[in-house]
Amino acid sequence: MALLQIAEPGQSAAPHQHRLAAGIDLGTTNSLIASVKSAVAECLPDEYGAMLLPSVVRYLEDGATVVGRAAQEQQAIDPHNTIVSVKRFMGRSLADLKDAAALPYQFKDGPGMVGLHTVAGERSPVQVSAEILNTLRQRAEASLGGSLSGVVITVPAYFDDAQRQATKDAARIAGLNVLRLLNEPTAAAIAYGLDQQAEGTFAVYDLGGGTFDISILKLTQGVFEVLSTGGDSALGGDDFDSAIAAWFCAEHGLNGVAALPPSQQRLLLTAARAAKEKLSNHDSAELCLTLADGQSLAAILSRAQFATLGAPLIARTLSATRRALRDAQLNTALITGVVLVGGSTRMPIARDAVRDYFGLEPLADLDPDQVVAIGAALQANVLAGNGSGDQWLLLDVCPLSLGIETMGGLVEKVIPRNSTLPTVRAQDFTTFKDGQTAMSLHVVQGERESVADCRSLARFELRGLPPAVAGALHIRVSFQIDADGLLSVSAREQSSGIEAHIEVKPSYGLGDEQIASMLQDAIAASQSDMRLRALREAQIDARRLLDATESALAEDGGLLNPTEIDAIHKAMYTVADRLETEAPVEELRLSTNALSAATDAFAARRMNASIQKALAGRAMDSLMP
Amino acid sequence: MQVSLTPAAARHVEKSLAKRGSGIGLRLAVKTSGCSGFAYALEFVDVLNPDDQCFETAGTKLIVDAKSLAMLDGTELDFVREGLNEGFKFNNPNAKNSCGCGESFAV
Repeated sequence: MALLQIAEPGQSAAPHQHRLAAGIDLGTTNSLIASVKSAVAECLPDEYGAMLLPSVVRYLEDGATVVGRAAQEQQAIDPHNTIVSVKRFMGRSLADLKDAAALPYQFKDGPGMVGLHTVAGERSPVQVSAEILNTLRQRAEASLGGSLSGVVITVPAYFDDAQRQATKDAARIAGLNVLRLLNEPTAAAIAYGLDQQAEGTFAVYDLGGGTFDISILKLTQGVFEVLSTGGDSALGGDDFDSAIAAWFCAEHGLNGVAALPPSQQRLLLTAARAAKEKLSNHDSAELCLTLADGQSLAAILSRAQFATLGAPLIARTLSATRRALRDAQLNTALITGVVLVGGSTRMPIARDAVRDYFGLEPLADLDPDQVVAIGAALQANVLAGNGSGDQWLLLDVCPLSLGIETMGGLVEKVIPRNSTLPTVRAQDFTTFKDGQTAMSLHVVQGERESVADCRSLARFELRGLPPAVAGALHIRVSFQIDADGLLSVSAREQSSGIEAHIEVKPSYGLGDEQIASMLQDAIAASQSDMRLRALREAQIDARRLLDATESALAEDGGLLNPTEIDAIHKAMYTVADRLETEAPVEELRLSTNALSAATDAFAARRMNASIQKALAGRAMDSLMP
Repeated sequence: MQVSLTPAAARHVEKSLAKRGSGIGLRLAVKTSGCSGFAYALEFVDVLNPDDQCFETAGTKLIVDAKSLAMLDGTELDFVREGLNEGFKFNNPNAKNSCGCGESFAV
């Protein structure tokens, strides 16, 4: 027998029409599921009343899996088969994981994504995540009394296409219908913005277990716009634990955390986490570790010492924050509120740093662990069709510019960085050679002017173009990024309607450190990039002029006397020579100008000749309109 | 004519109203739909309609419109927990039979 929930006035659904929807915060350290019940979004607890599901999966020899707290407790005993922080491996190849050697897992480099070797066989991060999602799904279905029609899953703002796709795949394996992937800070803004009807420009500072995200959002009359995002996908509460563990080892003259056996690494990290959590409410905390030889070590960590240990990590969050503000073209004075998200923002050192940086008391009314799941649940409810739909519009941004390669190895940006998503942008391109019947399109991502310095995403070809002179065809290239941040590119020749299309699913993703370094390179290289672009453009102009002159000479060379032909040839040689020797842009321009001056008279004569040809033998009458 | 709430239901209604931050009470209504002819509806109330009747149990206002009241007379609204799931249940003496899901009934 179904149990009824209270609905908003006028919105109670017909029987069997209410669609159960949930929001899932698939976190690095902990995951949560929330749903809208009786018009209020709340996190759903398990049978013991716990909201947080530790994102830990343990594989047993008989193929069974243990998920959550029970798995976490076995972490120290069975570190090889107990997978923690799997989110860091989603959509990543072994080469992306710089710290792989420090982890207790046996990685296997697979195509596109690492695999993890366990007693139950090889598991991909997608399968591990699916186990977590499946546990949450079962919890929600028991709690809501029916099967879920759809879910909204949150991902860090900086997750790239591969990581988003991997998350969607995990949901599919877990039998979930993904209504949408939502950026975590954006979900937090929904939770706060809708509950409090706030307006203004907000910074969402999300320091979770394994990722840091900063988003600058503008809230006006219930409409959210993400102005910019930034962050570090390899910085979170875990790093504070590691810093404490490293300090502990140094205190006792141990040769670093990595030198300990895996089970002790885990014990030490667990003790470090407990100490960190204790320091949020106490002035000091004690850590103990029993070594393999039975020797027992202890140390007392004070709040002040912890502040020193955590300072470099906090500084990294603030530098990402500065970048995001710069991208949004704002300064701290223009921020009207700061929202704290993620369990790690319970650390006083994080709160103090945020308060000092923005000069504002950060918002933390909602439980920082639950904010994201609650926002996701609110959106899931709307997307499932339970709420009154178009109350709010949600905008995300793309972190790096997307474009295609053009002649000379240059990048033409089609979607600029920080464009709001979903988006469709189109740009017209044309052919370079007479009679060109195919075009190769190379989709790239990055801020640099030359293709070599950007990241290649995909290549495809547009074939069967009608033969025409160079520049006569119009090929419209459209870039579309859907609400989940997935890109599709299509090219269409306007006169014939010939079309080619590609879905971009890169084999592996870019980390935000790579994104950050790509951005820095772009800024540092902007001068040389500009010069390179000018040179390449001049070279393309020169080649085009040479081609045109050559074909004109072949066709109408008879209109010129030998001296004139000589002069034109001479000018052509100069241009060709300077092209060959990669002459500087100014010299090249001079020679092309000279060539076009030398051919001016020729062009005029050709024009006259063709008009005469057209008019020859025709009566005046036939030309009248 | 009377409708009532069990103490558990009253507590939950008060809690939900407090969380929502606005609303004067809970509306019980019957709609003509569903697999057995009629369906229950539970909604928050922000404004009263002219034909609404107000019942107060343990400080909680229950609002029922005249048409629905005929079919709800004597109903007790309960709040129950079944495993992880919890929600409202109608104990309606007028209902002759209800469909398996309990969301609709016949008189």
